[in-house]
Amino acid sequence: MGNSGLITSLVDGVLIGVIYGLAAMGMTLIWGVMSVINLAHGSVIALGMFGIYLLFTSLGLNPYLALILVAILGLLLGVIIYSIAIHRVVNASHLSTLLATFSVNMIVIGLGTAIFSTSPRNVNYSLGNLTLGPVTLLNARLVAALAAVLVTSALYLFLYRTRLGKYVRAVANNRAAAELMGIPSAQILALSFGLGTMLAAIAGGLIATFFPFTILSGGVYELKSFVIVVLGGLGNPLGALAGGLILGMLESIIPIFLPNTWVPVLEFLLFVLILLVRPSGLFGVKK
Amino acid sequence: MKRTLFALGTLLVLAGLLLSACTPAATPTPTAVVTEAPTEAPVATEAPTQPPPPVEKTAVIGFTASLTGKLNVESTRQNDGLKLWMDQVNAAGGIPLADGSVVKFESKFYDDESNKDRVQELYTKLATEDKADFLISPYSSGLADAAAVIAEQYGKVMITTGAASDATYKKGYALVYQSYTPASHYLTGALDQLASLDPNIKKIAIVYENEKFSVSVVEALKAYAEGKGYEIVLYEGYDTGTTDFGPLLNKIAEAQPESIMGGGHFQDGSTFAKQLFDKQVAVKYLALLVAPPEPSFAELGDAALGVIGPSQWEPLAAFTPDFGPTGVELVDAYTAAFGEDPSYHSAGGYVAGLILQKAIETAGSLDTAAIKAALDGMDMMTFYGRIKFDTSAEAHGLQIGHDMVYIQWQKDAAGALVKQVVWPTAGATAPALFPLR
Amino acid sequence: MKNWLNPGLWFTLLLIALLGIWPILGQNAAAREVIFTVLLSVVFASSLNILLGYTGYVSFGHIVFYGLGGYIGMFLIERYNVSLWIATLAGGAAAALLAFLLGKAILRLRGAYFALATIGINEAMRAFVNNFAPFGGPTGIELKFQVYKAYGGAAQALWLTYYTIFALAILVVLVSFFIKQSKFGLSLMAIREDEDTAEVMGVVTPNAKTWAYVLSAILPGMVGVLFFFKNGNVEPGDAFRLHFSIENLVMVMLGGQGTVLGPVLGAVGYQRLRGFLLTNPVFKNIQLSVAGALLLLIVLFIPAGAVGWLRNRLPRLRKVLP
Repeated sequence: MGNSGLITSLVDGVLIGVIYGLAAMGMTLIWGVMSVINLAHGSVIALGMFGIYLLFTSLGLNPYLALILVAILGLLLGVIIYSIAIHRVVNASHLSTLLATFSVNMIVIGLGTAIFSTSPRNVNYSLGNLTLGPVTLLNARLVAALAAVLVTSALYLFLYRTRLGKYVRAVANNRAAAELMGIPSAQILALSFGLGTMLAAIAGGLIATFFPFTILSGGVYELKSFVIVVLGGLGNPLGALAGGLILGMLESIIPIFLPNTWVPVLEFLLFVLILLVRPSGLFGVKK
Repeated sequence: MKRTLFALGTLLVLAGLLLSACTPAATPTPTAVVTEAPTEAPVATEAPTQPPPPVEKTAVIGFTASLTGKLNVESTRQNDGLKLWMDQVNAAGGIPLADGSVVKFESKFYDDESNKDRVQELYTKLATEDKADFLISPYSSGLADAAAVIAEQYGKVMITTGAASDATYKKGYALVYQSYTPASHYLTGALDQLASLDPNIKKIAIVYENEKFSVSVVEALKAYAEGKGYEIVLYEGYDTGTTDFGPLLNKIAEAQPESIMGGGHFQDGSTFAKQLFDKQVAVKYLALLVAPPEPSFAELGDAALGVIGPSQWEPLAAFTPDFGPTGVELVDAYTAAFGEDPSYHSAGGYVAGLILQKAIETAGSLDTAAIKAALDGMDMMTFYGRIKFDTSAEAHGLQIGHDMVYIQWQKDAAGALVKQVVWPTAGATAPALFPLR
Repeated sequence: MKNWLNPGLWFTLLLIALLGIWPILGQNAAAREVIFTVLLSVVFASSLNILLGYTGYVSFGHIVFYGLGGYIGMFLIERYNVSLWIATLAGGAAAALLAFLLGKAILRLRGAYFALATIGINEAMRAFVNNFAPFGGPTGIELKFQVYKAYGGAAQALWLTYYTIFALAILVVLVSFFIKQSKFGLSLMAIREDEDTAEVMGVVTPNAKTWAYVLSAILPGMVGVLFFFKNGNVEPGDAFRLHFSIENLVMVMLGGQGTVLGPVLGAVGYQRLRGFLLTNPVFKNIQLSVAGALLLLIVLFIPAGAVGWLRNRLPRLRKVLP
């Protein structure tokens, strides 16, 4: 393959990688704060997609403005899910939280299928193309990638520059100690879960601007999120961005050498391998 | 320890007895089931007086539908088509039989959730508990394949529809009949068309969904193309549910094919067409499976323009039926009933019913053996095209009468996207738009 | 020796026997199909329980053993024309081997890390089989209808697979019960309560865990062969369906993890419930949501499952309900 092909592949990989990273960030944040693997992650991503779709098609809202609304709704949804389904079991075994979130997933997918059916949807809002040398790409993907970077920076600022963010980190670090310092841990846990679902909803919304989707589409990104979260280190939001980039690159580079149906084989083998060799992730501190 | 062994031994003996006791009784030979009379409403007990009203029988048609899961759109259209046929037949007073009675139909169906796990359980229930007289397959080759085993085991005639895979008919079934053109014929016609459009094109990329149906289509296509001296510059699958074709498109661009063929189902096919357009990959001829004939393919806008797709049936294709409604009549009735244009899935559902109707009329009874004979001898022209089944031992039930038509999205005078039949030339409604870009 | 007199064991066996004999008595094929699905879940959930309930390791991707077993069995039947019995044993053996090899590596991981690794392995295996030509790639393996002739025709073959799975369901209860009563079972439960302490107390934890993993893999591998033989074909998507794995976890939870009766009750209850929801006109469109809501209620309010709840409520039952 020539150089131009390689460049195109790399650009594609980076653009999709940051979106993957954003989707995984929500999962890793929730894990970091409360050690819960959110199996409803995929369904929230799908709800984010449908949020944009409905706001755009029925209210005629600009998809990027609609994203703000979807983010707020995603936050609220997360707080609601946390209060109903997670709070009671947040200290119970992993099995309980896994099944609690999985049951939320079943509820959302069941209702979603009944309401929306599983026919594919498109948000028909075009920003046109951009051609730079050998690379032709959709502006929508460029904008989405930028938005993802922006959201990531905002999350970083929130976590490291605000009092509330400090609380979140404190609860993640040591919940008992945080409580002793007077931090309302129940509220912080709810907020963190909300932030996690908010990131998932935003990622879903961004994906909806350039890929078609159904109510079941979130599942794919959930599986990818598992891989990314492990690559970047469980509980490390910035690691998730890096993990997303790595996954995006792998997905666009591997097919140059192998049939692309081998990509998931390598992806998941890598995933298991990293879990075994370096469970704290590529960038994590060895515990 | 001795007691343990003794108890264990007793248990094993008991289990063995149990098994052997049940085994011989468990031989309801298929033939026994075949001769079993279909459900007849016990109306005919009174002696007929003056003008005897025809005795009414009810035949139960059993099937599963994908009300949920990934196949729900196509499956729903298929069911709507079948339902329309049933409503029409019942409204017309049913089908008269040789013994002077008339038969009306009733349907019995369950949700298979688009997944194979429960298909067999549900079809067994339909064949035994619900006493279905005839079975219609679920949508998709995979589910139909699972259901066909049951039909054969319980000696029920099954008309498959929405299921194109050839493999199902090569397993030695005797009672399963296919209404779709088999997968191996889906894209070979496209190659014939390409040859007639520009004989100098030789480089083809075949890109397909890595899944049963699509693979059987492209395997046949590949063999056919190689036999005709085409150069296959890329032959590669992609996973079901792929939404990001970026890496694959880069690979296609590198291979520089003049024509791309393949695809899979609606979602991946339409996404592929869109991203191919967005990336502005130059290609002269693009033919994809399943997606292009769908009316909603037009939502892709300019990306849909010029895309060619094989279709089991098109409302435009003007066959002159010797049985059943004309295409126009069907479209009108369907649109009135369901508020949308019928797709070929709808036509498939309808024609499955029509095949049964013809077989019952020919047989003059509901007896499975008579109906099987009628189906084996069937050769009819419907709104959907010709229907004839393979009766050889190797591929019994395979559809051999029906041919695909190829449609292309073109722009009408007002600039709106419309479907035109472009191949075979005999049925064409417009010349093909060629080259694409 | 007094283990044999445990009324709970006999109650569990009786439950399965009654369930299993019902379709046989009436030679009712529809009932047989329904009970087949239930028994399949009984075997799968009870096997899973050995790892999940006794040892405390959450195997999310347990379906990988079912899928691999099914594929190996179907491959042998289709390619080498071996009998169903040998194929079934081979499926179990393949699953056991995979579990043994994997166990050495991934059982070092704890809690959620282990759960994630099992998902990864299942997905990797699915993707691999999808590309693996000897297993038919995406097309899978299909049996010719005449394969069933060797068993006296298709109808007879279906009954045979049914008797086999019935026998396996009895076997799984016996295995679960005797493991639980054994010293090996005690060491597993010590690992569940506190792995480090168990190690200090002299349990060779890596070995114990690996054997638990192997034991929990064999029967799923065998029922995989039975199921796909009955189905007539096997494809990657059906063989390695993660969702089915999770459903079986739910069954174990419903009935009560760590008990012998629990997974059996859970499997029966869950499958009957789903069957009801699927065919009920009111619920059939939202059956998934209803099932999800029920699961949530159980996880939140009766986390020990039905049997666990009874045992907690009525301590006198503990001796009776294993």
